[in-house]
Amino acid sequence: MSKLYSGAEIVFKCMEDQNVDHIFGYPGGAVLPIYDELQNFKSIKHVLVRHEQGAGHAAEGYARSSGKPGVILVTSGPGATNVVTALTDAYMDSIPLVCISGQVPTHLIGTDAFQECDTTGITRPCTKHNWLVKDINDLASTIHKAFEVATTGRPGPVLVDIPKDIQFQKTKYNRPKKEKKLNGKSHNHFNQNSIDELIELMSKSSKPIFYTGGGVINSGPKASELLRELVYATGFPITSTLQGLGSFPGDDNQFLGMLGMHGTYEANNAMHDCDLMINIGARFDDRITGKIDEFSPKSKKVHIDIDPSSINKNVKVDLAIVGDVKTVLSSTLKSLKQKKSKFLKSNKQKTSKWWEKIQKWRSVRSLDYIGSDETIKPQYAIERLYELTKDKDSYITTEVGQHQMWAAQHYKFNKPNRWMTSGGLGTMGYGLPAAVGVQVAHPKKLVIDIAGEASVLMTIQEMSTAVQYNLPIKIFILNNQYMGMVRQWQELLHDKNYSESYTAALPDFVKLAEAYNCVGIRAKTPEELDDKIIEMLNTDRPVIFDCMVDKVENCFPMIPSGKPHNQMILGPKDQESKKITGKGKSLV
Amino acid sequence: MPNSKSAYSFSNKKEKFDTHIIVVWVDNEAGVLARVVGLFSGRGYNIESLAVAQVDEKLKISRITIVTTGTPQVVNQIKLQLKKLVPVHKVADFKREDKAVIFKEMALFKIVGPNNKLEGALKACKKYHPVLLDKTKKSNVIQITALRREIDKMSKDLKKFGLVSVSRTGAVAMTRGADIFK
Repeated sequence: MSKLYSGAEIVFKCMEDQNVDHIFGYPGGAVLPIYDELQNFKSIKHVLVRHEQGAGHAAEGYARSSGKPGVILVTSGPGATNVVTALTDAYMDSIPLVCISGQVPTHLIGTDAFQECDTTGITRPCTKHNWLVKDINDLASTIHKAFEVATTGRPGPVLVDIPKDIQFQKTKYNRPKKEKKLNGKSHNHFNQNSIDELIELMSKSSKPIFYTGGGVINSGPKASELLRELVYATGFPITSTLQGLGSFPGDDNQFLGMLGMHGTYEANNAMHDCDLMINIGARFDDRITGKIDEFSPKSKKVHIDIDPSSINKNVKVDLAIVGDVKTVLSSTLKSLKQKKSKFLKSNKQKTSKWWEKIQKWRSVRSLDYIGSDETIKPQYAIERLYELTKDKDSYITTEVGQHQMWAAQHYKFNKPNRWMTSGGLGTMGYGLPAAVGVQVAHPKKLVIDIAGEASVLMTIQEMSTAVQYNLPIKIFILNNQYMGMVRQWQELLHDKNYSESYTAALPDFVKLAEAYNCVGIRAKTPEELDDKIIEMLNTDRPVIFDCMVDKVENCFPMIPSGKPHNQMILGPKDQESKKITGKGKSLV
Repeated sequence: MPNSKSAYSFSNKKEKFDTHIIVVWVDNEAGVLARVVGLFSGRGYNIESLAVAQVDEKLKISRITIVTTGTPQVVNQIKLQLKKLVPVHKVADFKREDKAVIFKEMALFKIVGPNNKLEGALKACKKYHPVLLDKTKKSNVIQITALRREIDKMSKDLKKFGLVSVSRTGAVAMTRGADIFK
C-alpha cells in the first residue's frame, strides 16, 4: 500500500513537484498544520513577511523578475483579506501568483467562527480562479490545477483555500500527470492568413509604429529577443507602455520612449499621427489612449494579444491576432524573411518622411526640466542613479506616483524582467516588498526600489524582512514631503487647493533605517548626491536613502484628462520658454 | 460638460442597446453561478432575467440562460469574459429577434374570485395553452409558457379577473431544427 500523507504534507509535495523554491507567508491559527510540516521540506524556503500584503507584493516581485509563479501562504480571515490588494494588483498586471490560504475547519464554515471569512467569495473577482478544498482527495489535483491556471494563457493570481481539518486528514499522493494539452483557456489559434495580412499592412505603411506592452515581458525573454529582431528588420519606430519597458533597449535610436499620460512628446504624437499601429501585448488602457474618440484617428490598428477579451474592448482594431507574443512574432519574422527579404531597404525611403517628423518631435526634448544648483531635482536624482548603476544589470521596483513616472521616463531599461511596477492597480506600497521578492530571486544582483516617502510608509515594515534575510535592497526615496502626484493634480486642476496631500510629521528616514538595523543615508544637495549614491551602492546591507528633492516639481509632459495624444502639456521650459540652466543641464 | 477635473475622461456617447440571450454551459460546482453573476455586476453589465439548472447529470453540466442588454461592443465583451472563466465550457449568444431560436418563459398565475372570474381568466389565457395546476372553489393556479412580452401583457390583463400573485422564470432558449450549438 502506498504511503498516506496529510493535507499539509500534500501542499508541500505539490510545491516540490511544481519546482517551488521560495514561498512568502505569515503563519496563523488556520495554517499551523502546514507550517508544522515546513521543516520537513528542505528545498522550500519560507520568507516571513511582516504583513500579508507584503507577502503578495514580494511574490509579485519574485514572479516578475524570475518568470516563475510567486507563491504565498497566509492564514484565514485577516490573513486572507490582507492579501487581497496584492491579488488584485497581480490580476491587473497579469502576474502569476498561487496563494494558499488556511480556512476554519469545514464544520465551522458559515458559523462566523474566529478568523473566518468568505475567502473564495472575497477573492473571486480578483483572481483568475479560486477553490475551496472540501475533500482531501481533491487537494493535490486542485493545487496542480492552480499552478496551471496561474501560469498559462494570460497569467494571473489564483487562490486555494484549505480548511484546517483537511490539512490534518490523510490520503495518497499522486504526482501530476504530464498533460500534453494546455487547458482550454489558453489561446494560440491564429492562422497564417493573419500573419500575411500583417506583413501586407506593414509593407504598405509609410507611418508605422510598434506599441508594445507587458505581454512581451510575460511571454518570456525570447519574446523580447524576437521583438528586437522584428523592430530592427523593419526599421519602424517603437514605443512601450509602462509595463513593457525593457523589452526593447531604452537607449536605442528606434525607441521613442514610453507613451501615455506621462509619455514622451514623440511617442504620443507618433501614436496620434501614425497610419499603422501594431499593438503587441498591450491593452489600450485609459492612461495610454487619452480621449478614446480621438485616439489615433487615421491609423489601421493591429492587436496581438493572448487574451481574446482584450481585443476590441476599448479600441476597435482592424486586425486581431490572438496568440502568445513569442509565437506570433516568430511566425511574423519567418514570413517576413521569406516574402520580403529586403524589407528594411525598400521601406527606408517610404518611412523617411515619418522619421523626419519624429525627429522634429524629439527635438522638443519633452523630458527636459529646469535644473538647480541648490535643490535636488527628482528627475536629476533618477538620472544620476541611472548613470551610476547602468553597468550593473540592476533590478528596479517602484511605488506609485510622480517618482514612478520619473523613473519610467529617466531610467533606461535594456533587458526584460528588470522593471517591476504597479501599473494597472497603482498600488502605493508595492515597491518595497516587491524589492524583497526580487532580491530573494536574485540574491547577488543590485535591487533598488525607487520610492516616494508617502508610498513607502504604507509597507515600510518589510524593512524588517529585508534585514532578517540579509537582503541588501536599496530604498531610494525621492522625498518631497507631499503625495506628489496628488499635489500635482491639485495644482493643475483643483485651483491649488492642496487638500490633505502634505504629510506633516514624517519620520526621520535615517533614524528609521537605524531602528530597523539597516543603513540610512541622506542627500540634501545636488553636489553631494553622486557621492551618497556611490556610498549606497557600496553598502552590502539594506539601505534607506532619503533623497530630499524639490517639493513642488511637477511631472511633465502630461496628457490632461479628456484630451487626445496630440494635446500634451509640456514642462515649464515650454510654458515659459526658459532655458535649462545649471548643473542639471550639464549632466543631462 | 465643463472642464473635467478627473483623472479619467468622460464619454457622452449614447449607443443603441440590443437585447441578447446568452447561454452558458458550465461545470455545476460550488460558486459557479456567483462567478457568472459576479462578472456581470462587477463589469456593470445588465441582467434582465436568469434561468439555471443542471442539464447533464453524468457530466455535471449546468445551462445558464441570461437575458441581457448592451451595445454590440459590450455584448461581445460579455461573451469573451464569460469564456475566460475556468468552469465555462461554451457560450452562445442569440439576438432576441433571431427567428431561428425559440425563447420561452413560464409563469404561474394565482387568481382568487368567484367562478365566472376564474373561468374568464382561464379563457383569457387560452392562446397560450394554459394548464390548470390547482383549483379550489375560490381560486385557480394557471401555468402558461410564452414570450416575455406576452407574459407581461397577461400579468396586466388578468388583474381584472382577480390576479393576486405572479411567479415567473427567466427565459430559456433553444435553436430550431436539427442542429445544436457547438
